[in-house]
Amino acid sequence: MKITFYPLGEAAVKCCFDEDISAALTNNIQSFCNKLNHHKHLGITEWVPAYDSVAVYYEPWKLSYEQITNVLQPIANEMDAHYQKTKTVITIPTVYGGTYGPDLENLATANNLSTKEVIDLHTKRDYLINMIGFLPGFPYLSDLDERIAMPRLENPRQAVPAGSVGIAESQTGIYPLDSPGGWNIIGRTPLKLFDAGKEEPFLFEQGDYLRFTSITDDEFKRIQREVEVGTYELERREESQ
Amino acid sequence: MKLFSVEKPGLYTTYQDLGRVGYLKYGVPASGALDRFALQVGNILVGNERGAAGLEVTMQGPELIAEETFVISVTGGDLSPMINGRRIPLWKSVVIKKGQVLEFGQPRQGVRAYLTVSGGFHAKEYMGSRSVYEPAGLGRKLEKGDELVGEPRKQKAGTGLFFTEIPDYDRDVIVRVVKGPHHEQISDKVVSDFFAITHDVSPQSNRMGYRLQSELKTNHEANVVSDAVPLGGIQLPGNGQPIILLADRQTTGGYTRIGTVIGPDLPLIAQLPPGGKIRFQEITVEEAQEAAKQVEQKLRIWERIHR
Repeated sequence: MKITFYPLGEAAVKCCFDEDISAALTNNIQSFCNKLNHHKHLGITEWVPAYDSVAVYYEPWKLSYEQITNVLQPIANEMDAHYQKTKTVITIPTVYGGTYGPDLENLATANNLSTKEVIDLHTKRDYLINMIGFLPGFPYLSDLDERIAMPRLENPRQAVPAGSVGIAESQTGIYPLDSPGGWNIIGRTPLKLFDAGKEEPFLFEQGDYLRFTSITDDEFKRIQREVEVGTYELERREESQ
Repeated sequence: MKLFSVEKPGLYTTYQDLGRVGYLKYGVPASGALDRFALQVGNILVGNERGAAGLEVTMQGPELIAEETFVISVTGGDLSPMINGRRIPLWKSVVIKKGQVLEFGQPRQGVRAYLTVSGGFHAKEYMGSRSVYEPAGLGRKLEKGDELVGEPRKQKAGTGLFFTEIPDYDRDVIVRVVKGPHHEQISDKVVSDFFAITHDVSPQSNRMGYRLQSELKTNHEANVVSDAVPLGGIQLPGNGQPIILLADRQTTGGYTRIGTVIGPDLPLIAQLPPGGKIRFQEITVEEAQEAAKQVEQKLRIWERIHR
């Protein structure tokens, strides 16, 4: 795959893939990152995958800029060969509407749909995580059905509770933390997308898929309790691409 | 054991080490000391590993009462540190005795000081780091009544940094920049103006980033495909007011970046008060790496001498 390098100061390099953004590119970027795991000993400290690029952070006293690009170029060259044939799909149980999703009705009305139709359209597709950023554990998801797209709120809320599932333009996402926000909130998941106290503080990574499923109030409360005491088992499946 | 109790917390005092490594890809800011040089030297002077947690003190310092006798040092900006009302030297380890009061006075030079203690502060660790990042609930700033704990060693004080090595934190700085990655989207004229003019530090500057007030006129398309934002990255939005992104920055962003301030020069920015002045100087990535290597080598040598 054709790749262009840009230095990001003395201790990071941006690897930009000269391709249109697609699920296939995200898949390739995921395998590129997996390969980097084997090169940590060289002085590579971490990396951040994005839509069409990966930033690789490294220690300049161990690797020169020329050396790091010489390490990364061959990994890029063999990317296509490591295309992953399966995808990880993670189920996000979500209560739609009511106090958990105060903007569901508005969004339905604005799009000439019933709330049930909005929920059906939102739960029907699997959403690819192109990138994580903005907030700890916030997934940038692609491929929302255009029929349920909606502009941001004119007046952003001061506080959106953690777990809120929202729509802004043609993107959907989940708030990992209580934070201010202008997305249309259509529901809430009892899952904790970010738990700093846990050994593995995050539920998913770039390249995984999220599948929303509609649950009831009672199920929400049950799952919330299970998450709290640590007995909840995340539904995570390997499926073919 | 209890080292200090907090009488006054100061304006914004937080534990900081060299930050979190490995969690940027999950959207967690790196955090860590804004003036990494000062924190590392502070740790070396009290015999710690360079990455031990210290307190980052901002502008108006805290008032701390010593609950034990142990060795400390204060490095970074000169915020007039005092023990029992008497000035103590910066960049030098000193003994604080049980019952004595460490406090700060007028900021004289720079805006951030680093208090390190023998053995380091044993603050709660999140994801491999003690650096406070409040928006995600990773610790919090100091509050009155807090008790600061650690395990100081028995050791002598009096280790100092040779005076020629002490940084001069000016209010008017030139920092070195490696161009990219989005400079091709900005006209050559704007890029050369960016490097030619002097930019002012806005009062809306903090650990996330330094916002600059600038006379730069630009009309480039400022949105790009979101990508990772490095430490020192300089965003140039359409309004021509650059933002230098620092330790608590969001991990990704969607604005054009004209360049990256090199690591060795970030302490100069971290110590600029609002109204401070910045000029940018373009250098090559090879020159930037040479500069970073020199700083790293110095720190390694001092570490070897003092441990």
